[in-house]
Amino acid sequence: MGQKIDPDLWSDGSEPQLMGGRLPSGQIVFPMPVGEAAEGVEPYKLSRRGKLWSWTSQGFLPKEPYEGPGSGAGADGNGGPPDFQPFLLGYVELPGEVIVESRITGARLEDLYLGMELEFCIMPFNATHDTFAFRPLTASESKAA
Amino acid sequence: MSENVYIIGAGIHPFGRTDGRSGREQGVHAVREALADAGLDWPDIECAYGGSAAAGNADIMVNELGLTSLPFTNVANGCATGGSALAASQQAIASGMYDLALAVGFDKHPRGAFNAKPADYGLPEWYGQTGMMLTTQFFAMKIQRYMQLHGISRTTLGRVAEKAFRNGTLAPHAWRRSPVDLETILNAPMINDPLTKYMFCSPAEGAVALILASEKKMKELGADGVKVRSIAVKTRPPNSFEVFQAGVSIEEGGKPTVLASKAAFERAGVGPEDIGVAQLQDTESGAEIMHMAENGFCKDGDQEEWLANGWSEIGGRLPVNTDGGCLACGEPVGASGLRQVYENVEQLRGRAGERQVAGKNGTGPRFGYSHVYGAPGLSAVAILERE
Repeated sequence: MGQKIDPDLWSDGSEPQLMGGRLPSGQIVFPMPVGEAAEGVEPYKLSRRGKLWSWTSQGFLPKEPYEGPGSGAGADGNGGPPDFQPFLLGYVELPGEVIVESRITGARLEDLYLGMELEFCIMPFNATHDTFAFRPLTASESKAA
Repeated sequence: MSENVYIIGAGIHPFGRTDGRSGREQGVHAVREALADAGLDWPDIECAYGGSAAAGNADIMVNELGLTSLPFTNVANGCATGGSALAASQQAIASGMYDLALAVGFDKHPRGAFNAKPADYGLPEWYGQTGMMLTTQFFAMKIQRYMQLHGISRTTLGRVAEKAFRNGTLAPHAWRRSPVDLETILNAPMINDPLTKYMFCSPAEGAVALILASEKKMKELGADGVKVRSIAVKTRPPNSFEVFQAGVSIEEGGKPTVLASKAAFERAGVGPEDIGVAQLQDTESGAEIMHMAENGFCKDGDQEEWLANGWSEIGGRLPVNTDGGCLACGEPVGASGLRQVYENVEQLRGRAGERQVAGKNGTGPRFGYSHVYGAPGLSAVAILERE
């Protein structure tokens, strides 16, 4: 496991959870606000399961401040072609809480559909860091749920 | 009680890429063209509002235009820079304080997609580091969901782009002036599913200047004016879904475009059925489709029928983006919203040449509608009238 891309983004332990916040009004937000905006906001551990709300593919290398594979000058160290890998991302609705933007892993673009059941996971991001993602629930996990 | 306001001069620097000419120089070009159009000289202008997103301050243009000591306010309002400059100019005249005002917008962006700094938008660094802070992703995900909910096909997305490039061939100020066929658009490299390369506009360069006048001044000059019937600028309401949001409320909120559109129609005292030509923000194909409904011109899902039947073509029921919009003109952020107004001024005056929309009685249309949308969730709508 690499370092977390942000130390406060998800909880530690065997079943990590994304960290959101609960506003005084009761509304759940993501991410947990920082600085003065965090006043009166309680840290809130978000559900590990949700449903796909929308999605897309990222087919080109994002500009700065992207730090994933292929980013930076001469990303392979020899000034050769960058090793960018297209990825999937989407919005995942966590029932009764909030809709979060996330990478989607373990699925192909053509497999994705509105309302698809997904679960939270941690995935390697670059040589030093991990990030969070959602992946499809397998059939057995769906039944166990 | 406020004064009627008219646009009596319109100038544009062609959009696209102009190597060797700065964004501000393009702005000066547009101002001179607008002055000539109105039959005015620079010292006649009493106040000015303008700006760019990436090409510097507008007020320095006085170095080239002349040191007349006029108040010149810089506007820095992202995608609404042009719209906000127009609104400020309109208010300056409506208040009765001035009789002649300038609104100018220009820009010059580097090639490739816009990149944004998370801190500038109050977002954590990881959002940018992990590759989720791209405007193109937002547009793709907004239309992806919309297509699933309202039965919009990929072919319809392609038809929007095909129309834009076809209209662009007829607009001298457009950047992309060659037609692109539907098959090529649909089979082009995918940028963010479901949007291919030809379905996105590109950052570009260009400038637009508009000269606004009081009714009294317009009559005194004998100028060819188009009335500013209403302008509305709205930022996002609670729980809306906008560009650059890591988290979205599960409560479905309002939309800044819907708010701006309703306010503009109310103030103008007209409805969508009265509009004869519309310029709607088409940062990509999906945006034009969704904005047709958000601005009240059709119901969600009806766009499938509209595009298949050519109802938004020049000559159709409601021509949309008659100069090819952002797709054919590119998007110099500071100038883009004013280009839409420029195009409506040309259409209403009957000066749009090959792309002229026919109104009743052999003249141009009576009402023109323009709509711009941008980060972090704001919309500006202007309704113009040919009296």
